Amino acid sequence: MATLIEAKDLDLFYTDFHALKKVNLTIPEKAVTAFIGPSGCGKSTLLRTLNRMNDMIIGTRIEGQLTISGTDIYSNEVDVETLRKKVGMVFQQPNPFPKSIYDNIAYGPRLHGTTNKKELDEIVETSLKSAALWDEVKDHLKRSALSISGGQQQRLCIARALAVNPDILLMDEATSALDPISTLKIEELVQDLRDKYTIVMVTHNMHQAARVSNQTVFFLNGEVIEFDETEKLFSNPGDKRTEDYISGRFG
Amino acid sequence: MNIFQDANRQQIANRRLKDHLLHTLFLLATSVGIIALTVLIIDIIIDGWAHLSPDLFTNFPSRKAENAGMKSGLIGSLYILLILIPLSFVMGVGAAIYLEEYAPKNKFTRLVQLNISTLAGVPSIVYGILGLALFVRMLGLEKSLISGALTMTLLVLPVIIVASQEAIRAVPRSRRDASFALGATKWQTVSRSVLPSSIPGILTGVILAVSRAIGETAPLIIVGASTYVAFLPQSLTDAFTAMPIQIYNWISRPQVEFKDLGASAIIILLAILILLNISAVIIRNRYQKKF
Repeated sequence: MATLIEAKDLDLFYTDFHALKKVNLTIPEKAVTAFIGPSGCGKSTLLRTLNRMNDMIIGTRIEGQLTISGTDIYSNEVDVETLRKKVGMVFQQPNPFPKSIYDNIAYGPRLHGTTNKKELDEIVETSLKSAALWDEVKDHLKRSALSISGGQQQRLCIARALAVNPDILLMDEATSALDPISTLKIEELVQDLRDKYTIVMVTHNMHQAARVSNQTVFFLNGEVIEFDETEKLFSNPGDKRTEDYISGRFG
Repeated sequence: MNIFQDANRQQIANRRLKDHLLHTLFLLATSVGIIALTVLIIDIIIDGWAHLSPDLFTNFPSRKAENAGMKSGLIGSLYILLILIPLSFVMGVGAAIYLEEYAPKNKFTRLVQLNISTLAGVPSIVYGILGLALFVRMLGLEKSLISGALTMTLLVLPVIIVASQEAIRAVPRSRRDASFALGATKWQTVSRSVLPSSIPGILTGVILAVSRAIGETAPLIIVGASTYVAFLPQSLTDAFTAMPIQIYNWISRPQVEFKDLGASAIIILLAILILLNISAVIIRNRYQKKF
């Protein structure tokens, strides 16, 4: 699989705290990559560097290189608004806007200049279908997004992220706050989406990583210990720390 | 073994007694305010009820109590509000947006913040003196409607800024994150995602600030609201009066009829204030359900 994202000697500091230490890794396109590791190991931090959401935290400093399709995303030639259009994000707690379901999905396209109603209607329908939510809400598009269940809200957030046509989808523990059935639905969704999108997901749940991903990256204390094809990493990890984490000796 | 057998029932009785005593104390403290307000309202109604009539609204003040009305005061207050509301809204909300969303979080910003909160508590007469120096004398606007309106705008501005900031701050970070993650610029996030949720809080702040402005007398006296105005201001630079000034004028007269007229005018002013405050509460409640 071709490499889409590459980190070279990437360091990140939150003021004085060294959060990411000399991270080197590659992420293949049109596949699911899982970031696993104990709390505070840096996996969410690295995820957030991919769409530069870390820029909004005061005191953040980056050294090294992070490229997507060969372009350094921290260079001056990259507009952060375009980057975030191409790299979408779904958060741990579903966070739909207090607007209608339709307006939630249309929010992204409207930001970037789409105002034609027919176009927006199409985008809303396509996105909701891609997120496996269309059948459940198609007759209630004007209802408030807050009136649907937590699992549906999270799928709405996925649809919202897909509405701007990204290439990469980042999922930051997107199923942690959901019940097992909703979690399963979203895992199935991720399997369907990987033909079209590159997905990077942070998960606390190792079994989820094993179920869903093609490649897994193990983090510990801000360092990437190991990354490999999921099957290999889980059955035959190269590093002892990886093995200890996977077998539950810590974390 | 009875698990309750070592309970110290005397100590518990003492604690409960203290609990009840304090409960009663707090109830009394609340009642003081309510009783005072009730006594005030009843007193005013007794004095002013007789003179309440449509004439009060349509007549100009006059030396004869039977013919006197507060038309000029009502219209004057209304004109002031018509200038004050848009000005203070735009400047106040603009300042709040800047301080919350755009200003860097450094010592200078904190200083500005501290100043604004302090200004919200400055006595209104100080604003009157400021208005006199700045609008009447320095800008040469003389003792006119526009000077009065601008002075009152300054008076309510800090209150609106603080209330708007609170409303904007109440929007959770997750809302902004969602907007930025879709590729929004700062202004797009503020205008499409933060402000719509803050509007109820901002409106409540504006209405409460306005209800304060209607009742303030001291700054208007200093800036030169006339106490005897038997005409309506035709332009911004005309002399003017306002409701509180009219009330002050009537109450100061020796004749009992004028004092009663003052009471009637107070009833009207109180009614307007109650109306404004109720609408603020209604707006707040209606929108709180949605979010």
